[in-house]
Amino acid sequence: MKKLKEILISKPNGLLNIYCTAGYPNLNDLPTIVNSLHEAGADMIEIGMPYSDPIADGPTIQESNGVALGNGISIEKIFEQLELCKPKIPKILMGYINPVMQFGLEKFCSRCEETGIDGLILPDLPIEIYESKYKALFEKHRLSNIFLITPQTALERIQKIDNLSSTFIYAVSSASTTGKGNGLAAANDYLEGLKSLPIDHPILVGFNISKPEDLALVHKHANGGIIGSAFIKYLKDKPEVGQASKDFVDYITNSAPVS
Amino acid sequence: MSLKIDEQGFYGEFGGAYIPEMLYPNVEELKESYLKIIHSDEFQKEFQALLKDYVGRPTPLYLAERLSEHYSAEIWLKREDLCHTGAHKVNNTIGQILLAERLGKKRIIAETGAGQHGVATATACALKGLECIVYMGEKDIARQAPNVSRMRMLGAEVRPAMSGSRTLKDATNEAIRDWINNPTDTHYIIGSVVGPHPYPDLVARLQAVISEEIKAQLDGNPTHIMACVGGGSNAIGAFYHFLDDEDVELIGLEAAGHGINTDKSAATMALGTPGVLHASMTLVMQTLDGQVTEPHSVSAGLDYPGVGPWHAHLHKEGRVRYESVTDQEALDAVLLLSRKEGIIPALETAHAFAHLEKMDLKPTDRIVINLSGRGDKDLSTYIEFLDV
Ligand SMILES: Cc1ncc(COP(=O)(O)O)c(C=O)c1O
Repeated sequence: MKKLKEILISKPNGLLNIYCTAGYPNLNDLPTIVNSLHEAGADMIEIGMPYSDPIADGPTIQESNGVALGNGISIEKIFEQLELCKPKIPKILMGYINPVMQFGLEKFCSRCEETGIDGLILPDLPIEIYESKYKALFEKHRLSNIFLITPQTALERIQKIDNLSSTFIYAVSSASTTGKGNGLAAANDYLEGLKSLPIDHPILVGFNISKPEDLALVHKHANGGIIGSAFIKYLKDKPEVGQASKDFVDYITNSAPVS
Repeated sequence: MSLKIDEQGFYGEFGGAYIPEMLYPNVEELKESYLKIIHSDEFQKEFQALLKDYVGRPTPLYLAERLSEHYSAEIWLKREDLCHTGAHKVNNTIGQILLAERLGKKRIIAETGAGQHGVATATACALKGLECIVYMGEKDIARQAPNVSRMRMLGAEVRPAMSGSRTLKDATNEAIRDWINNPTDTHYIIGSVVGPHPYPDLVARLQAVISEEIKAQLDGNPTHIMACVGGGSNAIGAFYHFLDDEDVELIGLEAAGHGINTDKSAATMALGTPGVLHASMTLVMQTLDGQVTEPHSVSAGLDYPGVGPWHAHLHKEGRVRYESVTDQEALDAVLLLSRKEGIIPALETAHAFAHLEKMDLKPTDRIVINLSGRGDKDLSTYIEFLDV
């Protein structure tokens, strides 16, 4: 988690985290996409491990998961592809707990450490089970478990999550599945309140960020933004994924200042 | 090891609540309040009155004489098919609608496979004047058409689940996603003993009335109780009050589809391995990579690649024996029961009857079969596959 911690310290504001689905659009695109996104200015990359039943995801990411699985992606292949990504890029693996369990938890954590993974986002691994069964192992392999909070998360629980966190907290802009595309208008009050939360760790906001204005708004109220579905949609049918990745970062960061 | 649920919502290694944080407030609210509410006098008074006057409970325990003669054993049928709406599913939806009301929820969502749970949910919502949205796999919408029309007549909106195998698993995914997207006003009425804790326990308690009545209706214990298992709610309901009675052999029947040695099966106990599905640790039909496989059963209500976590535990502990029955064996059993007893069962239910063919029965055996539902909804399948 060292690279992730360093970037959070050296760049306390305006962070950009982009999500891509491993194996999408083509089986072996991951290294090109990760390296190109970083070169163009993404500070960290979240890499989705495809799953047949992604219950927290909307249609866009569901579809990318389906395409990637059809292409033949697997966790083992993702680790092989990670060896081809530039080592200095902060990288987070995101995925559902079942494929990780079947891969074998010990082996998964070792392979993460070997391939330069800094953190994990496992949306269906709840805090209580994390604490009792996973925490020690993740810490041994220097993997930061990144927790989600929502507008409905009670303050007491946010503080508990803050205590368990080691890098950043992932605040979802509205309690929803990914890629709802509702925009951030309804989340304005929530975003404004983030800075005053009595917590120690930086906050990155995700869900519903699809335009430069959205990202700029998030940057005003939090340490960074996370973009997923908008990038996956953008990648669809692009002939050259490296160029498309760069173009997307240019597009999303090139915003007129919001008032 | 105990056969029952522990404080954390686990049955041995199975169960729990593997939910994303977005669902935490809803699931926590339910977990903190379900026992208090369902044990309250006020809830029980309304629930018992509705079970009696609206659902039609107690359902009869009927001695099937011609079937008994055919198999040379004493066979009793627990007539859940005579419940209002035609299956046991309504025991659960009536209980949960009263719970939802007390939690102040205004919008009800459900998943359905065979459509029986969807109909039972739509019925409960009509009874209470609550908005109702039912997710149903596109494939099931086609094969259980009468139930789709019934739900619509009752005022429910039926939304097709278009992903994956377009059956029960995918309908459940869509219902969970809906709940994530509607975090405050919505209650999810799950249709079986599946999903995150406390659902398996809640649904089991609401279905336990089946075995409570069997105990009161039969003079002494049966030798066997048999029920079909999709998620496992009618089976748990029929087994519940007999779990500690070791003299009673409990048998759950799963759908083998074309056979457990083919790639077209839904026999989770035979083919599944431990994993997380629909926010519960249970047995799951999956690839070595942990991707859930698409099941097959001619019966939409059993066409599910998982099973309730309590069943996974009862299987592991050996308290309940799980066997499987093929599509064809179930279809044959439909005709036999129709002609011997004048009862056309649901396809799901027929799986329990089909097992009689494989048992080494003795005249002293006293078997209770949970007749979980009637077959009207399956007529188009029966017309297609049976020479009628
Ligand atoms: C009549 C009937 N029996 C059984 C089932 C299977 O569900 P469970 O295993 O939860 O009883 C269904 C499900 O749709 C059903 O309609």
